[in-house]
Amino acid sequence: MSTQEVSSDVTLELITLTIDGFEITVPKGTLVIRAAEKLGIQIPRFCDHPLLDPVGACRQCLVDIEINGRKFPKPQASCTIPVETGMVVNTQLTSSVADKAQKGIMEFLLVNHPLDCPVCDKGGECPLQNQAMSNGNGESRFDGYKRTFEKPINISAQVLLDRERCILCARCTRFSEEIAGDPFITLNERGALQQVGIYEEKPFDSYFSGNTVQICPVGALTGASYRFRARPFDLVSTPSACEHCASGCDMRTDVRRGKTLRRLAGDDAQVNEEWNCDKGRWAFKYATASDRIKTPMVRGSDGQLHEASWPEALATAAAGLSVSRAAVLVGGRATVEDAYGYSKFARVVLNTNDIDFRARVHTDEERDFLGSAIVGVQVNYSAIDRADHLVLIGFEPEDESPIVFLRAFKQVRKRRLKVTTIAPFTSRGSNKLNAEVVKSVAGNEAQLIAKISGLTSKSVILVGERLCESSGALSATLALSQSSGAKLAWIPRRAGERGALEVGAIGTLLPGGRPVNNASARVDMQSAWGVKSLPENIGRTTSEIIEGLHNGDIDSLLVGGVDPLDISSDAIAGLEKAFVVSLEMRHSAITEIANVVLPIAAVVEKSGSFLDWEGRARAFESAVDVPDLRSDVRILSIIADQMGKPINLPTVAAAAKEFLALGNWDGARAPFTPTSATLISGDTILASWRLLLDAGSLQDGETNLANTAHPSVAVISTDRAEKLGIKTGDSVRVFNERGAITLPCEIKDIENNSVWIPRNSHTSKTIATLGVASGASVSVVKA
Amino acid sequence: MSKLMPVLSAHWDEKDSFTFAGYKRNGGYKALEKALAMEPDAVIQSVKDSGLRGRGGAGFPTGMKWSFIPQGDNKEHYFVVNADESEPGTCKDTPLLMANPHVLIEGIIIGSYAIRANYAFIYIRGEVAHVIRRMQQAIEDAYKAGLLGKNILGTGFDLELVLHVGAGAYICGEETALLDSLEGFRGQPRLRPPFPAIAGLYARPTIVNNVETVASVPSIIEHGPEWFAAIGTEKSKGYTLYSLSGHVNNAGQFEAPLGITLREILELAGGIRDGHKLKFWTPGGSSTPLFTDAHLDTPLDYEGVSNAGSMLGTKALQIFDETTCIVRAVLRWTEFYKHESCGKCTPCREGTWWLVQILKDLEHGKGTPEDLDKLLDLCDNIMGRSFCALADGAASPIISSIQYFKDEYLQHLTTGGCPFDDEASTKFVTSNVGGVK
Repeated sequence: MSTQEVSSDVTLELITLTIDGFEITVPKGTLVIRAAEKLGIQIPRFCDHPLLDPVGACRQCLVDIEINGRKFPKPQASCTIPVETGMVVNTQLTSSVADKAQKGIMEFLLVNHPLDCPVCDKGGECPLQNQAMSNGNGESRFDGYKRTFEKPINISAQVLLDRERCILCARCTRFSEEIAGDPFITLNERGALQQVGIYEEKPFDSYFSGNTVQICPVGALTGASYRFRARPFDLVSTPSACEHCASGCDMRTDVRRGKTLRRLAGDDAQVNEEWNCDKGRWAFKYATASDRIKTPMVRGSDGQLHEASWPEALATAAAGLSVSRAAVLVGGRATVEDAYGYSKFARVVLNTNDIDFRARVHTDEERDFLGSAIVGVQVNYSAIDRADHLVLIGFEPEDESPIVFLRAFKQVRKRRLKVTTIAPFTSRGSNKLNAEVVKSVAGNEAQLIAKISGLTSKSVILVGERLCESSGALSATLALSQSSGAKLAWIPRRAGERGALEVGAIGTLLPGGRPVNNASARVDMQSAWGVKSLPENIGRTTSEIIEGLHNGDIDSLLVGGVDPLDISSDAIAGLEKAFVVSLEMRHSAITEIANVVLPIAAVVEKSGSFLDWEGRARAFESAVDVPDLRSDVRILSIIADQMGKPINLPTVAAAAKEFLALGNWDGARAPFTPTSATLISGDTILASWRLLLDAGSLQDGETNLANTAHPSVAVISTDRAEKLGIKTGDSVRVFNERGAITLPCEIKDIENNSVWIPRNSHTSKTIATLGVASGASVSVVKA
Repeated sequence: MSKLMPVLSAHWDEKDSFTFAGYKRNGGYKALEKALAMEPDAVIQSVKDSGLRGRGGAGFPTGMKWSFIPQGDNKEHYFVVNADESEPGTCKDTPLLMANPHVLIEGIIIGSYAIRANYAFIYIRGEVAHVIRRMQQAIEDAYKAGLLGKNILGTGFDLELVLHVGAGAYICGEETALLDSLEGFRGQPRLRPPFPAIAGLYARPTIVNNVETVASVPSIIEHGPEWFAAIGTEKSKGYTLYSLSGHVNNAGQFEAPLGITLREILELAGGIRDGHKLKFWTPGGSSTPLFTDAHLDTPLDYEGVSNAGSMLGTKALQIFDETTCIVRAVLRWTEFYKHESCGKCTPCREGTWWLVQILKDLEHGKGTPEDLDKLLDLCDNIMGRSFCALADGAASPIISSIQYFKDEYLQHLTTGGCPFDDEASTKFVTSNVGGVK
């Protein structure tokens, strides 16, 4: 048990003991090996991991222990023994018995280890290699034969197992079972032939499998994408943050000669602990995709995009935006600093509140909910740690914010945290969380929410961004939170949405949650920005902006990082007449119609920060230096200069500093007017969410990762399956007047008038194909 | 007067000793009636007073173990019998269950009643199919007789007894590995604490006792703890089964008070194979340090054997005469431990892998005298460093054999191979056994 888990509202009982002659006082329950760490005494270890249950398997951490003068007859594994008052511990530094025991174990560990360090990925950062040097004999006396295995074998598309190197510490299997709840790997056989194995019919398709590679203390588990690509000492490591979702993982990016070779989970006890998901770990090749835009482009009189110089492109953009009524779409992936740049640019340069970060299905109810209940409010992971009841609404944590899932699972496992989820069926994640599933039909969530009872001020309600698709649901949630005192947090899917909300990249808010229609809030910002006035009308939403472009109320658009197909299937149809400035990494439907395309830096190529769902800042530095690629805010600042209305944000650091100095709005929030629920009815109502691994463009180029995606299926009820005369695995066609999606079906506990399909998987793109995301009537037939 | 004291084995010579009728005829299940009329705590006290200690090897006081079960905790308690007898040489429980399965059942019902368990399990070694069938029949008969199931003998006490067949792993005789296996997992020892008495089977308070221990309980209840305590020696009370095997004229089970010596047992067994003399023996199975003819008068009780540098263990007296090559015998045992190592911890898994290779080389005359030092040093790195006691058992015969027979090890090196006629030591050879080639 690590000390950081001790909740602060419990008075700690402290215990004083002596280690190698030094007295130390630690909380009761601390393991001897942890107490020694606090003194700077490193006891060698392999199976021990502070976040996994002790197992005592490798025996490397043996020390001599006596308690009140009574000595244990044999050395003890310090990773399994909690401290006791009066304990005297002698490690390898002061006990020849412990030292010999450790050296003996090390020699045994190397008996069947191939010692192929020169060709091993782990060589150079290998706990076995390092500790064999620091706590081993240097030379082995073993001159017999080693056991051999075929090497390596795939335990999933992305994780390879070299059984010869494995020292059987069981970190990987314990991680999978204890942390991820995916016990798909286990130790098989016995004696020296013991090995990690998978069940043939259940591959290791855990969303968290990459962590096993990272915590493997030898080179037994390697990632298919990184294997044989580099030696650790050739890598330059940069602390970074994950851009894939709003979980807020601390990360490390490892670069060799200007090329990102791997990303690892960083260590942040308050957020991701030491874990991340496989998407965060392995999906980074999008930044080096062949369709990456590296030079500015301007559409010529021939209607084609042509490469242009930066001055020409910037001048064209500035000229086009100057003479028009412009709006801004930010997308959900901008950093805080970039989003702040867009927010300020809209107000100061374009003199408009027509800005929205929501490049997805969105509603006015949601916008008002965010401005009233979410902006500026922090609810942290620790609230889950302390919750008496966790309620998930319109939110599938394992798919939509995996670290939130891990934290909830930890509490379910450790103290049986009560979890209730309002969801269309019992998902794999709900099963793992042992959640009470209140079954919904997409659209009827509001009435189910109103029925939830028994919440207290220690309860936590987590709503997903897609809950806005259900009319009245956010209103009902807010009412539930207010009446019960339960903490309420909103978990968007994309990494930039929370930051974009805080910087006011939405039509109702200025930075820091200042309402645009509040005069003193505007005065705040006018003085901060040095402008005489700011627009005071509520700005247009994303869909209103698109509508405005279609009907000519708006004639130019500044857009960064938006995939129009996330909004609707025909969002950009007919936009050819508008003047569009696109800040993009890769070619997309937007760049197809843009007049000016300005290349921007990917996350690993720039510095900046995200705000995770908690509202916590996750800052990162540039890991790869690409001279021609800049963060959006720098480009916006130059365009603003050219338009004669400077925003004075020449660097990311300047934007960060300026935004931080603004502080949060402490005045009255806009009152929230609840939206009443509209009842959805129909024979077949569509439900959907995005799977963690799907057709998302940030996962492009990583086939090993894609091959571990959960299969796309249409979830139907037993009743429907019987009526259609089909069984699990048979194909069904889900269709409406716009299009059809054909998928194998899976029969689950979904309502009879509901069907669920993945929202954005390769074979199932609801918005592009059906024009709807959820809550709409569709038909299902046998395919 | 004979030194033997047949209690458990008293009626093994009767044709139907294993049947319900046979057991009843000889007074079976009377102790149960007596126990069920007592308070459960009084039963525990009786077992405590009797001085009964675990017969599975460790010798932990049984009554004290039972008293560790928390009472009034509103949790299900479980009573588990370890019948996974697998150690080389150990062969007491198998014949006991063949000849008298009901004495175990009676002991189980009494023990379960004492610790307030309504479910009991017998974890039995899968290889002994004949014993399994006989045990299964006995359980069925006990159910039919109203001795198992609901409201036993009208006392309101309920007990379900399940016979669980293991899949053949020595490690499953280790009590926590047994519990894992019983729960359906792969048998590997568990981290302690928590001990089984607090969180055992399905994390509920659980007693795990050896077959012979449990089978001894009915006699304690029937004759009283004083009777039992008067048998044996000061700290090792009662009678027990000594299993004599190897180079003796009459191998088998010898039930006697604790503290009897090998010399006495050998007399009862007709002595060492004719024309031969004792070379070495195990007091308690292959995992206990070897003894030689110097230990013939060592009292075979917990303290006596321990004071002489070994362990009473399972009282499996494997007798080897002078035709036996010590290196060969120790190598075979070590191969067993290598094969049976569960793989969980490093010293056992890797250590036994290595030990076998060195011993094989030595047997074939390869290696150097320094290899003996290496062997001893590796054993030192294994003993007391492993997760459970299995690895200690692997190191014991090596250390003790080098202690007593170092010259014989060295002889293999000078003669370039084993100096013994390996056929001479087989049981079937009775004449012309020359010993040394």
